[in-house]
Amino acid sequence: MIENVLELAGVAKRYDAVVAVDALDLRLQTGEFLTLLGPSGSGKTTTLMMVAGLQQPDAGTILLNGAPVTRLPPYRRDIGMVFQSYALFPHMTVRRNVAFPLEMRGLPKAEIARLVDEALALVKLPDHGDRLPKQLSGGQQQRVALARAMVYRPALLLMDEPLGALDKKLREQLQLEIKRVHRERGISVLYVTHDQEEALTMSDRIAVFNQGRIEQIGAPEDLYDRPATRFVASFIGDTNLLPGRSLGTSAGLCDVETAGGRLRAAVRAPIAPGVGVVVAVRPERLVVRPEGEGLSGTIVDVIFLGTARKYVVRLADGTECIALRQVSDPPLDLGNASVRVSWDIAHATAFEA
Amino acid sequence: MEARLRLDRKAWLLLPAALTIGVAFLLPVGWLLSRAFTDPQPGFQNFELLWQRPVYMRVMGNTLWIAAIVTPVTVLLAFPVAHLMAHGSPQMRRWLIFLVLVPFWTSLLVRAFATAILLQRHGVINSFLLGFGIVEEPLPLLYNITGLLAGCVQVLLPFVIFPLYSSMARIDPAYMRAASTLGASPVRSFFRVYLPLTLPGLVTGATLVFVSTLGYYIIPAMLGGARQQMIAQLIQDQIATFGNWGVAGALSIVLLGATAVLLLLLQLTVGLKEIAR
Amino acid sequence: MTRLVMNQDGMAPWRIVRGTLCLLVAVFLLAPLFVVVIISFSSAPFLQFPPPGLSLRWYVQLFSTPAWINALVVSVEMMVPAALLATIMGTAAAYALVRGRIPGARLVMACLMLPIIVPGMITAAALFGIYRGLGLNGTLTGLVIGHTVLNLPYVLATVSSALRVQDSRLEQAASTLGAPPWATFRRITLPLILPAVLSSLLVAMILSFDELIVSLFVSSARVRPVAVQMWSNVMGDFDPTIAAIASVCFLFALLVLVADLALRRGPRLT
Repeated sequence: MIENVLELAGVAKRYDAVVAVDALDLRLQTGEFLTLLGPSGSGKTTTLMMVAGLQQPDAGTILLNGAPVTRLPPYRRDIGMVFQSYALFPHMTVRRNVAFPLEMRGLPKAEIARLVDEALALVKLPDHGDRLPKQLSGGQQQRVALARAMVYRPALLLMDEPLGALDKKLREQLQLEIKRVHRERGISVLYVTHDQEEALTMSDRIAVFNQGRIEQIGAPEDLYDRPATRFVASFIGDTNLLPGRSLGTSAGLCDVETAGGRLRAAVRAPIAPGVGVVVAVRPERLVVRPEGEGLSGTIVDVIFLGTARKYVVRLADGTECIALRQVSDPPLDLGNASVRVSWDIAHATAFEA
Repeated sequence: MEARLRLDRKAWLLLPAALTIGVAFLLPVGWLLSRAFTDPQPGFQNFELLWQRPVYMRVMGNTLWIAAIVTPVTVLLAFPVAHLMAHGSPQMRRWLIFLVLVPFWTSLLVRAFATAILLQRHGVINSFLLGFGIVEEPLPLLYNITGLLAGCVQVLLPFVIFPLYSSMARIDPAYMRAASTLGASPVRSFFRVYLPLTLPGLVTGATLVFVSTLGYYIIPAMLGGARQQMIAQLIQDQIATFGNWGVAGALSIVLLGATAVLLLLLQLTVGLKEIAR
Repeated sequence: MTRLVMNQDGMAPWRIVRGTLCLLVAVFLLAPLFVVVIISFSSAPFLQFPPPGLSLRWYVQLFSTPAWINALVVSVEMMVPAALLATIMGTAAAYALVRGRIPGARLVMACLMLPIIVPGMITAAALFGIYRGLGLNGTLTGLVIGHTVLNLPYVLATVSSALRVQDSRLEQAASTLGAPPWATFRRITLPLILPAVLSSLLVAMILSFDELIVSLFVSSARVRPVAVQMWSNVMGDFDPTIAAIASVCFLFALLVLVADLALRRGPRLT
């Protein structure tokens, strides 16, 4: 089996003067669930469209299962695609929709019937075969679209914001469904979303897009705990950003001078002394104590979230930061004028501002 | 490069239609129009003729005059129909649409003929009027301006009713209620709120009627008299009777020019989208 | 319902005026057609209304006069190929213009729509002039070409608006599922726009059957469609045979209208 089902090298696309995708390199391992995550206009959908063959790159090559497909039309690529708008054929029943790709591949009738049954069972709609798409709910339609896109076992399944049109509850339910189907079928998936929670829930790896480039690619935990750029740190999850100035780097740790005092944070590359930096720390990594080591501040607000309490702490220099504490931890009280804020050095990351 | 390659494949599908229109329409029309400057010899003599000969001027004047009468009459008659269509019950709407569509789909010739039967000296209307003693003598309704107007208005009503209806149907009744709660009298809110909102449909319909009337042939030939001769009849005369292609070409340029200017104005003000059927 | 637009009490007079005017317009639009249909069943040899008695003699006369039979045959021979050609070419052009990426598509579309904008007399005179040199006047070919040109814009307008309504992502989806362009067109696009295509075929036929001005110029005594035959009789003396053929035309139009409405409303074909 080929290690990388999909390989993009130097792929670029521009619309008139706007660069949509800029010299992109990307590899998707066979069986992997890779999500392209980013704000709208960041190039993730354009990338997906180029992989599908619905858009032509201006430069670069796309390899599918090791063979170049850059100039091939969609119907000659071994892919399946699920659209946000479902794109079910309104004039065909569910069965005919799912059978369509198999008929295009010239499979014998009996084989088609068997595969369609199997696919409909997989998405838990075995009894809906004779309905028309418009007789189904949005969630059901998207399951049919999923069945249709994978019934012929394409090398790669592309999904373009497939849950974007559904409400939150249904979305969460279908996230798990898609995850299950991915696991059971071992199919390779390239998934596009702008919803970071969805990306964290579903993906083996996430590529974070910004302005036509990949900012960082890695497992969800990596992105969350060790963001490579300030953009990633702030796009995924909530984060505290403390401004300061570098005092020099040694052994992967940077000394930072902030208004509230000196601190240390991990860095990817050394930052020269005197350069402005921001230090990113996740709220749940902040330790707030009445006294001890750390930056001094005051609690200005406490918000009860059910599973946790959120503390808003104003630091000496006026910056506000957020700290999360489990409900089981003893509450700190608002009148506790002065507190100390600290964290494990491994959980703070500094970026050039 | 790639984009151009992809484009070319679907562009082939355009070829038969483009070729047909090009060879069997644009080319002949271009040829006809060019006669104005080349027939019988190069120059502008055909336009000078149009200007000098009173017959030509009279016919062109007639044409404009008739279009100028037909347009307001048609709009006034169309207005209540469109209004009822837009604001009546759904059932009423369906009936009205059907009622307007039936004649709309019937051949112009059949309708002109039917109107002639109604209007002729011993036709239905005159028998009716005589029978009830309203008139002593049959009224002359055919082969004069009355017949021509009746025919034109009849045929052109749908061209105003439908655009007007689509403008009216888009008007939110809340506007009128709002106007009345703000103290506007019904008449005032009609003129200040309702009528301005119907303007796109009104202007579109009126322009279509005016432009269509300019080019009409069947209606004036069948229902009008010799004194109501219109420009299309004159073009036909010049070709069929006199073989005078130069004057025919010049008249065609005048007619086409007037049509183009009016439609261009419409496009600039309202947009031609409304025309598509 | 939404009669509320002007339902203040002061509006009652307006409602009466509106109702009366609508009734008058309805009579104005439909009365001539009813009169013609009734007169066509008259027993009298002149156009008297109400007719003194009823008979089918004018229909018998219509369908036993060689000139009329010939005209009907010519009309059918002309309108069927003209409608088919216009529908095929117009549908193909609409597909290219709406779905293809063609520079200047709007301008091309405008040019193809010209035959319904240019007054009929100009088109007729132009074709007549060009046909002289080609020997096409008085031929069926000449009529078919002219009518194809006149029908094309209607097909183009109807089919391209149907294509614009249809989601182009359905075609993209078909392509990702392995359908080559032709299969996508045949299995997805065509079934979805079929009502519009059939509707424009019907419209093209009726338009072609009714068209007079181009036919008048291009036809001859031997190749003479119904509209021209009617015209030459109407310009002579009115006789109830014309009422009979007019009623036939009216019936034809009515059938096409009903079929067209059914196509537009009816369920999408599977």
